[in-house]
Amino acid sequence: MTSMTERHKKLEKNITLLGVFAFLAVTVGGIVEIAPLFWIDNTIEKVEGMRPYTPLEQAGRDIYVREGCYVCHSQMIRPFRDEVERYGHYSLAAESMYDHPFQWGSERTGPDLARVGNRYSDSWHVQHLTDPQSVVPESVMPKFGFLAQNDLEVHDIAANLTALRHVGVPYTDKDIQMAAADLKAQADPDADAGDLLQRYPKAQIRDFDGNPKRLTEMDALVAYLQMLGTLVDVNGASAQEELASEHSR
Amino acid sequence: MADTPQSPAAAGRRFDEATQTETVGHEWDGIEELNTPLPRWWLWTFYACIVFAIGYTIAYPAWPGIHSATKGVLGWNSREELKTETDVAAAARAKAVAGLADLPIEQLPQHPELMRAAVAGGAAAFKVNCVQCHGAGAAGSKGYPNLNDDDWLWGGDLKTIETTLIHGIRQPGDDETRQSMMPNFGTDGLLDAGQISDVASYVLSLSGKEKPSGATQRGAKVFAENCAVCHGPQAKGTREMGAPNLSDAIWLDGGTKADLVAQITHPHHGVMPAWGTRLDPVTIKMLAAYVHSLGGGEEFKAADAAPAPEAEASAASVE
Repeated sequence: MTSMTERHKKLEKNITLLGVFAFLAVTVGGIVEIAPLFWIDNTIEKVEGMRPYTPLEQAGRDIYVREGCYVCHSQMIRPFRDEVERYGHYSLAAESMYDHPFQWGSERTGPDLARVGNRYSDSWHVQHLTDPQSVVPESVMPKFGFLAQNDLEVHDIAANLTALRHVGVPYTDKDIQMAAADLKAQADPDADAGDLLQRYPKAQIRDFDGNPKRLTEMDALVAYLQMLGTLVDVNGASAQEELASEHSR
Repeated sequence: MADTPQSPAAAGRRFDEATQTETVGHEWDGIEELNTPLPRWWLWTFYACIVFAIGYTIAYPAWPGIHSATKGVLGWNSREELKTETDVAAAARAKAVAGLADLPIEQLPQHPELMRAAVAGGAAAFKVNCVQCHGAGAAGSKGYPNLNDDDWLWGGDLKTIETTLIHGIRQPGDDETRQSMMPNFGTDGLLDAGQISDVASYVLSLSGKEKPSGATQRGAKVFAENCAVCHGPQAKGTREMGAPNLSDAIWLDGGTKADLVAQITHPHHGVMPAWGTRLDPVTIKMLAAYVHSLGGGEEFKAADAAPAPEAEASAASVE
């Protein structure tokens, strides 16, 4: 014991030695805790249906982040009975694989939004964002009615998609080339959306904010919310089979 | 560590006179630091925590390997635990659920025990899925129907409520959803502002909110030509088209003259999601039973179910 503590004193008194050993200790922690996530199979489940976000959804997501929705809303349904009965099937890692940054959150002043898509009507979302207390009297959510007044102005959506492609989101060249057109087409039921639905399966194409004449920030945010949790058929047979074969979580 | 001053005379070691504690050996301007050993209870708790942590990583999933992490000798995993919990809850409800699954909803009123279970289950499901629009007490708000009253747009018997729940109202993408589209009489130029004001006055006069006048007389003519086809000649509404009864005191989108003018000019079309794709059939039956139980539930038409008592049947037909 004594000799051990005496030797440890050397470490405490030599700043270079302390730095080297501290680095080694942190390295071991990193190798054990972080590195395996890049190779073990159950980091991300293999499920069908996940796709990159459409330009409009991505623009809505940027507004979600800009307005700080994540401060009060999580997007992570944990595998507990109370959460699953209220919000739906627990979240899968695969469902946030194209999130940069992810919106899991850790604070739930408001409810979890991981599966809010298609749960309410578009007009409910518009009314609720404009005046939350008109539909949920006890809500403490701020009013976001100004979103319906602001035209959706995305400086260069193709550049946004390109940046996301650099961090691993599989947008194709065509997705990026068509980004600006896709952005407008998804919120306009009368426009020709081209092959938007082939490139983005399950994309919802309609006017979201109740004002077909304008493309507003409200359109983008509601389009994003209505997509959340709808892409992967978590209760489908193949997804359930995959989940049943997984252990160690 | 763990050194206590056994031999104060040992070479190179200095001890504080007042406490007889060894010093760490360095000093600044005559100030020295005591090398007080850690309390034993703290030290042993620390060692115990290390032992516990090693045991924990053996018992539970922890150490990463090539394809997956160790499973842990206890075999615990969070998703299995959830499944066990939900299975226990499902088993507790199994009898009622099995009964409801096999029973056509038309026959539910003849099984009071199942009905009670369905209403209780429906009340719970309502709190999760429906209160955001219809309100915690199902009283609705402007644009969202009150479910406590006996004024139904599409019908208020169990089967009709169930259908509304499954397919929703104006739900995009559902072929069987309930569809009704009142024309934009104002914004599409079908009526001019004067005609809209007149017909709003006429409609208000039906429930006694406005006295008969020249405007209501002109409005009656506009109504007969434009509105009666859906709302009926007496403005009692037509459920096949979801056209509301305009002669009562219940208003979905507000009952002032301004509300009516706004609604005729550019109607608000409410949307209810189709729950058939989100909830299982038993939960939907439970919700139908709960909503039906709130106060406005109607009997089936005589052909569908047991004959209703006279009084209730006539009340339903008035509505």
